[in-house]
Formats: sequence, structure tokens, C-alpha cells
Amino acid sequence: MENVGTTYTRTALALHWASALLIFASFAIGLYAVDLKLSPIKLKLYSYHKWIGVTVFALAVARLLWRWRHPAPPLPGGMARWEQITAHGTHAAIYVLLFAVPITGWLMSSAAGVPVVYLGIWQLPDLVAKDKALADALKTVHYALNKTLLALVVLHVAAALKHQFVDRDDILGRMLTWRRANRTMEE
Amino acid sequence: MKFWGWLCVTLLATSASAATDTSQSHIGFVFKQMNVPVAGHFKRFTADVRFDARRPEASRAAIAVDLASINTGTREADEEAQGPDWFDTRRTPTAKFVSTAVRRPTPDRYEVAGELSIKGRTRTVTIPIQVERKASTIHYTGSFTLKRLDYAIGEGIWADTATVADEVEVRFRIVQADRGT
Repeated sequence: MENVGTTYTRTALALHWASALLIFASFAIGLYAVDLKLSPIKLKLYSYHKWIGVTVFALAVARLLWRWRHPAPPLPGGMARWEQITAHGTHAAIYVLLFAVPITGWLMSSAAGVPVVYLGIWQLPDLVAKDKALADALKTVHYALNKTLLALVVLHVAAALKHQFVDRDDILGRMLTWRRANRTMEE
Repeated sequence: MKFWGWLCVTLLATSASAATDTSQSHIGFVFKQMNVPVAGHFKRFTADVRFDARRPEASRAAIAVDLASINTGTREADEEAQGPDWFDTRRTPTAKFVSTAVRRPTPDRYEVAGELSIKGRTRTVTIPIQVERKASTIHYTGSFTLKRLDYAIGEGIWADTATVADEVEVRFRIVQADRGT
């Protein structure tokens, strides 16, 4: 275990920001496309939405594996007990949703009889058989989980800004600074 | 997404056609959108098949598919498929296949050539068919690929085959009572 220091590794930074960007893109595309009339552009956007979702899922797996060997730096001192619990709880819930949102999307696709073909090349296995009632139920679940994720991300961002501008403890900085953390530790 | 298919087949010749078992028969299709295979089928069709095992060339088939009975899995797509860009079922409600020649190139396989008409366009197609006798029924099964744009299925914004592929696979199974022909 290198790096049990006060910084994140470059890999952790890259995974965090890549996930953030892709989740934002997929969320926006999904929200926009769902209300479009059936058209080629709608089919394209749905496919892009699914490809990005699969990527987010893969990044979530990579993040967990990386984090296992490279623990996140500790919370800053001076945080109240409830703040610590809320911070860890929010992070844990977001991690759960990084898996649950893509998986419910995948399930929903399978139930609708429309397989997911990643990048238009690799066809993922169907998780359930075609079932319209199930597809409708999963659509509701996928939507609810996304709204939950949105709420948690808003909380996450608000907390980061509060730390930056109220507490001034620079934890936002450690997620923004491209440091050679590993080398620093080794030296 | 989707749509078209239909197909028909009729074989046989001199004897009258046996009744088609619509509960066991199936006419479906698989198309690709964004390279994603999506299957659907037609709920209503008629098949007049007159099969003559002793003289295959005397067999006949005629099939008519009610295009408005399309089932793609979503109502939105079913409605789109019936619209003017796709099947235009108000003007051309029925797809038809009428055989013109039946051959038996190998003992276990038949080839039915015929004219397929959809949306006012007619093309000649050749369909490989397997004939199986099961209990008291006879099954005619097969599949073939058509190009949707040959029949103007998917016009306007849908004509771009980068989203919905031109090739559509049609799969069918026609089941009749077996009269020993």
C-alpha cells in the first residue's frame, strides 16, 4: 500500500473526473432523448446513452479495485461526528449507484427486447427475457435511482464547496491537484 | 425502430390446401438499429399452402400479411411502423407473397421462388424452406433476408441505413394439418 497519505493518486483523480463527466453526459442525453419522438436521432442518442452507461459501470469496477489498494486520504480534522457519517454515507451511496444505475438500465434494455451492443460492436448478454411489464417497472426504477443520484451529487458538490469556501480546509484541492503523489511517498 | 416483414408461402397443387394452424404459425423479423438486433412479428396473416411431396414443382403457396398487426415490442414503434414512412398501412395494408416455382434441390430442402409485394413494390425472392412432419401436422419453416429500401420501407429520415440497417431477416413457420400429401 503506497500512498496512505493526504492525497489521491493520479489514477484516482482520473477515474473520479472521467466518471463525473460521463455521468453528466449520459444523464443529459437520457433526459433529452426520452421525450423525443421516435426517430433516427433518438435511436442514436439511446445507443450513446447506453454505451456511456456501460463505460461508467466499468470505471466503477476499476475505481473499487484501485481504491482497495490505494485507500482514499482521511477526512480533514475538525469535522463533527454527524458530518463524518454524512460524508462517508454519501460517498458509499454514490458508489452503490455507480453500479445500480447502469445495471437497471441494462436490465431495462433486456426486458424491452433491445440488447445492449457496446459501441455498436460487442453485444452484452441479456440479463432477463423480454417482458413488457418488467421493462416498464425497471424504467421507473432506473428513473428513480437517477433522481437519487442527482440529489446525492448535488449534496456532494455542495459539501465540496462548503469545505472550500467556509471551512477552507483544501480538500477540494486534493481532488484537483495533479500531484506525483506516489513518488512523493517513495521519496 | 423496426418493421416490415411479412411473407408468404404456398405450396402444393392439385389437392386443396389444408387449414393453417394460426396458433402455431409465426411470421416474424429481425432488424438492426445501431447494430442492435431487435425482433418483432405479425399477429395476423393468412397462408394458403398446397404442398405436394411427390411432385414438389406442383406445390403452391400464397401468403398475405396484415401489416397493421405488427408487434415490435413497443406501441410507439408499432404506430411508427404503420405510418407513411414505413408500411403506410392505410394505403397498402397487406404484404403478399405468391410462389412462382418450387424446387427440391436436396431431399431435405425446398426452394420456393416467388413474388413478394410490399407497399406497392414487387420483387422476386427465393426462399429456402424445410418441411417437417410432426404428429398430425406439417411444418414449413425458413428465413430469408430482404432489403427494406427495395420496398420503400423506411423513407424520409429513416432512409439512412446507418441507423436502421437495410437488411431485414424474415423468419417464418407455417403449420398445417398433415393430410399426407
